[in-house]
Amino acid sequence: MKRLMIGNQAIARGAYEAGVTVATAYPGTPSTEIVDDFSKYQGVYAEWSPNEKVALEVGFGASLGGARTLVAMKHVGVNVAADPLYTLSYTGVNGGLVLISADDPGMHSSQNEQDNRGYGRFAKLLVIEPSDSQEALDFTKEAFALSEKFDSPVMLRVTTRLCHSQSLVQEGEITKMPLKEYRKNEAKYVMLPGFARLRHVEVEKRMAGLREYVETSPLNRIEWGDRKVGIITSGVTYQYIKEIMPQVSVLKLGTVNPLPKQMIREFAGQVERLYVIEELEPVIEEQLKAWGLEVIGKSILPCTGEYSPELLEEKLLNVEPAVGYQLAEPIPPRPPLLCPGCPHRGVFYVLKRKRLIVTGDIGCYTLGALKPLAAMDSTLCMGASIGTALGMEKARGPEMARKTVAVIGDSTFIHSGITPLIDTVYNQGNTTVLILDNGTTAMTGHQDHPATGHTIQKTETAQLNLEGLVRAIGIKRVRQVDPLKIGELEKALDEELAFEGPSVILARRPCALIDKSTETSLIIDEEKCKSCKLCVKLGCTGIYWLEDKKKARINPDLCRGCGLCAEVCKFDAVVEGGAV
Amino acid sequence: MIGSTTNILIVGVGGQGTLLASRVLAQAAVELGHDVKVSEIHGMAQRGGSVVSQVRYGSKVFSPIIKMGEADVIMAFEKLEAARYLPFLSKNGLIVINTEKIDPLPVMSGETRYPERLEEKIAEIIPKTAVLDATSIAEECGSPRAANIVLVGLVGRALGMPREFLAEAVQFLVPEKAIEINLKALTEGWNYLDNLPIKITRE
Repeated sequence: MKRLMIGNQAIARGAYEAGVTVATAYPGTPSTEIVDDFSKYQGVYAEWSPNEKVALEVGFGASLGGARTLVAMKHVGVNVAADPLYTLSYTGVNGGLVLISADDPGMHSSQNEQDNRGYGRFAKLLVIEPSDSQEALDFTKEAFALSEKFDSPVMLRVTTRLCHSQSLVQEGEITKMPLKEYRKNEAKYVMLPGFARLRHVEVEKRMAGLREYVETSPLNRIEWGDRKVGIITSGVTYQYIKEIMPQVSVLKLGTVNPLPKQMIREFAGQVERLYVIEELEPVIEEQLKAWGLEVIGKSILPCTGEYSPELLEEKLLNVEPAVGYQLAEPIPPRPPLLCPGCPHRGVFYVLKRKRLIVTGDIGCYTLGALKPLAAMDSTLCMGASIGTALGMEKARGPEMARKTVAVIGDSTFIHSGITPLIDTVYNQGNTTVLILDNGTTAMTGHQDHPATGHTIQKTETAQLNLEGLVRAIGIKRVRQVDPLKIGELEKALDEELAFEGPSVILARRPCALIDKSTETSLIIDEEKCKSCKLCVKLGCTGIYWLEDKKKARINPDLCRGCGLCAEVCKFDAVVEGGAV
Repeated sequence: MIGSTTNILIVGVGGQGTLLASRVLAQAAVELGHDVKVSEIHGMAQRGGSVVSQVRYGSKVFSPIIKMGEADVIMAFEKLEAARYLPFLSKNGLIVINTEKIDPLPVMSGETRYPERLEEKIAEIIPKTAVLDATSIAEECGSPRAANIVLVGLVGRALGMPREFLAEAVQFLVPEKAIEINLKALTEGWNYLDNLPIKITRE
């Protein structure tokens, strides 16, 4: 019986069927569910690694140890793992190793929309791309066989729309893979220049073998139709093409690096007009053009954003999108925002009030950059907040450090905030770092991390002591505050900003979606409310403004009783439920 | 060909339970022997933002996403979100609106106002508009959180899905302790169709 699965679940299943026994990942949308799901299978090892580089290095070790190994991350995670990745291409594998790169065209939940097929070209890897959940399972399984056959890591590239779309999947048999024998082989696994030079030659041989393989790979296929138009495509855009142009000829690529050159030439020779339809970069198109083929692609389609059936209809068929209905009046937008009861809200309220320069980081708290709090000056990538603050100080002088705060979450700090903090101590910076410790990796759906005391499989483990770690780095001033106690937080900030030297404030309170201990709603006493709107400006969905009465009111279904609005109210108008 | 595909757009505010609703409808469609695709939103938008999930079923479904003007049904968990996604509704399509009102940030902060009489304005231009207070109905069943399943009951019936298939899907997907409340909610939604002044059951 076929089952509905999101692409990520199908990848996990494919890995399990392929006999994978080790899987590693750092959570990141749209990749998170892959290893999360895999960890639930019996008899496997899975881990949340502190970051993607470590995930891939543990993956390398597991492969070396003879196990089939799955490593999963979001597209920007591959940047973090790029260092081991490029050289892993030289060493090759023992047990098959598949790296899942989950790209995010349209940036549903990311800071950029880089196209990771480029990594395949640069690191000289086989890159394969499924177009629905069944293929996600089948291709994942095949990827492990190919990894071992070609002695190379294989990249399975997927996109948000594949990761988070469900379609029907026929599950297959589970292969029990005995561990491959481990044999010491320094010429293959120790990448000293002398050995690496020889391995680079092997990489080129492997690429030649892969170029031959892709010509007859069952992962690529031609679906002949009308030969006036030929379309080369892969991934979910294949589905859009089948939807809007069911009559045309399609070369559906499963291997997107290297490309099946001969197959593409033959296809091109048999159609009148050739299109390449690929989201983001013209990775395929440019290669075809270099081979002298005439092809239409980015001259009519954008390199930006996610494609859709409407967009392709408009650009390929000149069909205007058919708008169903519309109201005459404008519909106010609904941006995402911090949850009711979120401990981050108190922090950004204080940072805004103090008009500080805030170097930010990646997590739920990046939403602190949006109105009405709008208290963030920069966000670049995981871990960047601390280095950015140091750089601003070094450019503008120590006075800058008195009005700058680096803000970073607990999981993000462990991911890549530790080394910049070492830099701050080493190079005599004066940064005040706020670690927003909500005890989880919240944005991606509450995954454990080294400071939660639990593994991915929920077994108890050693709990990283953040305060001890920070002290060991050489930070002498470390203090803890409750981020919803505004006075406490303000005092801590004043003192640490004034202090000459680096300091860390641990703003500690569990994520409001996990901690349900404060489930009593507050209410606003309308007699006492002086219509100042201070509470409304906290940007909490639990508080709304009654325009006719000019009063604020609390929605009892949403209020978590965190008390932040009571803290900011100057007229004691926010009281416990039932007291009015 | 593709004309036989049924398209359901489920819209609401992150955290309202749109994912479960789409999964129940999709599961029922699977049980009925259809090819099915569902597109979901995870990640940042779930934090109180506007969310949309999409269910498509028929003999063969390619794209997991619905084109503008092609949704047979829009199931809206919130009024403003109903209005936002009207361009996706097909001519002759059905829109089911839960009367829940959740102010988005620009309204909360008084920058702009929540449009008034939204459900009436929608009903004026769309013949097949069904408006109900699914949250209150669900509350009577035991939990306001089952509002999503009230809507599923109504929409499933309007689409001609047998009730036992929907009930099976609920049992398959809902945590054990919430099954009873959700089955009640499903029945209430199913029965609600009888109260509507318009005929919307599929021929």
